[in-house]
Amino acid sequence: MALRRFDLDAGGDSFAFKPETEEKIAFWRGKYPADKQRSAVIPLLWLAQKDNNGWLSEPAMREVADRLEMPYIRVYEVATFYTMFRLQPVGKFHVQLCGTTPCQLRGAEGLKEVCTREIGKPMHVTDDQRLSWEEVECLGACVNAPMVQINDDYFEDLTPEILSGILSCLRNGAAARPGPQVARVNSAPEGGTPVLTDASLYDGSKSRLRELPNLPGAPASAPAPAPAPAAKIEPEVPKAPAADDLKRINGVGPKFEAMLLEMGVRTFAQIAAWSPETVDTVEARFGFKDRIDREKWVAQARMLADGRFDEHDLIFGRGKD
Amino acid sequence: MLQDKDRIFTNLYGAHSPELEAARQRGAWHLTKEMLDLGPDWLCDQIKASGLRGRGGAGFPTGLKWTFMPKEVRDRPHYLVVNADESEPGTCKDREILRHDPHLLIEGCMVASRAMRAHTCYVYVRGEYIAERQALEKAVKEAYEARLIGQNNLNGWDFDLYVHHGAGAYICGEETALLESLEGKKGQPRLKPPFPANAGLYGCPTTVNNVESIAVVPTILRRGAQWFSSFGRPNNSGTKLFCISGHVNKPCNVEEEMSVTFRELIETHCGGIRGGWENLKAVIPGGSSVPMVPAEQIMDACMDFDTLRDLKSGLGTAAVIVMDKQTDLIKAIARLAYFYKHESCGQCTPCREGTGWMWRVLERMVKGEATHDEIDTLLDVTKQVEGHTICALGDAAAWPIQGLIRHFRHEIEDRINRYRLPRAMVQGAVIAAE
Repeated sequence: MALRRFDLDAGGDSFAFKPETEEKIAFWRGKYPADKQRSAVIPLLWLAQKDNNGWLSEPAMREVADRLEMPYIRVYEVATFYTMFRLQPVGKFHVQLCGTTPCQLRGAEGLKEVCTREIGKPMHVTDDQRLSWEEVECLGACVNAPMVQINDDYFEDLTPEILSGILSCLRNGAAARPGPQVARVNSAPEGGTPVLTDASLYDGSKSRLRELPNLPGAPASAPAPAPAPAAKIEPEVPKAPAADDLKRINGVGPKFEAMLLEMGVRTFAQIAAWSPETVDTVEARFGFKDRIDREKWVAQARMLADGRFDEHDLIFGRGKD
Repeated sequence: MLQDKDRIFTNLYGAHSPELEAARQRGAWHLTKEMLDLGPDWLCDQIKASGLRGRGGAGFPTGLKWTFMPKEVRDRPHYLVVNADESEPGTCKDREILRHDPHLLIEGCMVASRAMRAHTCYVYVRGEYIAERQALEKAVKEAYEARLIGQNNLNGWDFDLYVHHGAGAYICGEETALLESLEGKKGQPRLKPPFPANAGLYGCPTTVNNVESIAVVPTILRRGAQWFSSFGRPNNSGTKLFCISGHVNKPCNVEEEMSVTFRELIETHCGGIRGGWENLKAVIPGGSSVPMVPAEQIMDACMDFDTLRDLKSGLGTAAVIVMDKQTDLIKAIARLAYFYKHESCGQCTPCREGTGWMWRVLERMVKGEATHDEIDTLLDVTKQVEGHTICALGDAAAWPIQGLIRHFRHEIEDRINRYRLPRAMVQGAVIAAE
């Protein structure tokens, strides 16, 4: 894990949100239930970072904590855990250079040299306060590698020369165009794509469908489940790779489990869906009577299928192997 | 090649407008009310029948996952949480959905919420995707204004969708860490059980799904489960977004049918391997967390869950990282080891300490500054990390290294030999005695 400490000296004593940010704070707080306002801590810290020249000072964290009525330590924890919160001052344009393997394979190391040469060491701020950089982990634009993020924008398909050009633009106050820097559209292959050329995809014919397929009651054309009770024992999801541990049901031992598996019953959900007729059929096959009802297999399975394992064990007791 | 008429993400490259009107032209928000009216059982059955397996990496059947939610809503509301914290190295597919086809996602969220009886959905977008988040927010606003979602909407199922964002932590892609983060805490995974379907967000029943898994749902329902399951081999059905990066001539994202062969995928969409097929060395077929597969095994392999599992790797997120013969594989894996060291949340000791240890050893191996028996020690440590942590990050850190040693042990040995040869006089007192 990354060790991150905050810079107590550089932050001063106070922080206040800009007046125009208040609307955004209200927008974010409105997304969470009234008693769960703590959820807004990451968005609010992010807004605070924006209002504090791109980094989070300790007073800014306290401001967020006060707003959300959280203990300060809980906000410090969050601020030091998430690496997009910068804990020391950065330049007006902060370059986050992706150095993870997909970018490394396509030349991220050359970009690192450019940054070191033109800006300095990671997290060093140039004298004109305009630039700083750091290496970050995968930014999720791997087919456009190598790439950097500068403030909010992705600059993709870079070469050392292009990055150098972008940096000098930013240093001189000129605008740089984000996105891919070679002849390609977003993540399409360079030089154009053979796919998505069919005009009928875009002329509205896709939304002329009258009726959904596979409506209930319609004649089944494919693997629709057969409604006969006896057939219901058969696996509804034969493809499911993960079978449940049926022995978890109190009353089902290894022997019954084997028999159930043989019938194609693999999951709690299947047992939970048994009708009284199905129960009778199963009991007939097992050669006993009323036991499934007495031991409440169906109710147990319903609970287990819902993932309420603790509750199940409490009420019915955990099945033994 | 998958035909255009069978593509789900028809605006993958952003050649058309992502806005509501254009999305409707492409078929989004069509017959949505009819789907919702059919109720949870029909929805779950259709998705089960389509064979859709989760697109976030683990490949768990999506329809089955939905049925784990309680059958009726009691005192605790149900939540759908969509995992858009896409940070697996090599993966950049959800990004395209968020910025170019957001309405498919929003519609999918609504349908999935109906299937699990939820009225609220949170979409957790990774912090770095700022433009993507704004694109999604814009689409959500459009959907509210057109009364497609919200209270008393035209589709007849009260539904609120909120966009949340993170701040740069890979671990928040793990579902319980994501929930912790969404609750405003450090993103440290929870112990399971209880599973999210029982106690998830704010202690309420919750299902966490990947963006792609959710965004394909409305199209599957419109075109029928059989249509979707007709692609790919049995148990690996559907279409899938592949992200091909690394040493191919034209890296790109593309939607293809499952079980397409690696060779066809690369030849059709990426203009071949850099330097030709003879120059291919190894491929990481499913994002950084899965072991690499050497060239001769992957070339004609089907890209699907089962084939790649049999090759001791995995489809993961279908992020294909191609490495040619000029690649320093040890360095590439050492960089991944650094990634996992950096992203370990620090909760479990084997992972917190093990990831750093493995990275430091690998950095020495890049130079060759190691001994032969350290390779076995390294392998042993990966086995001690794997399976001994709360979440799968420990496994994910161990597997790439195991893959390297499994297939390219000789390269590590060669490098050690090369490093030691000129230094024999310094290190070996025995030779000096001659």
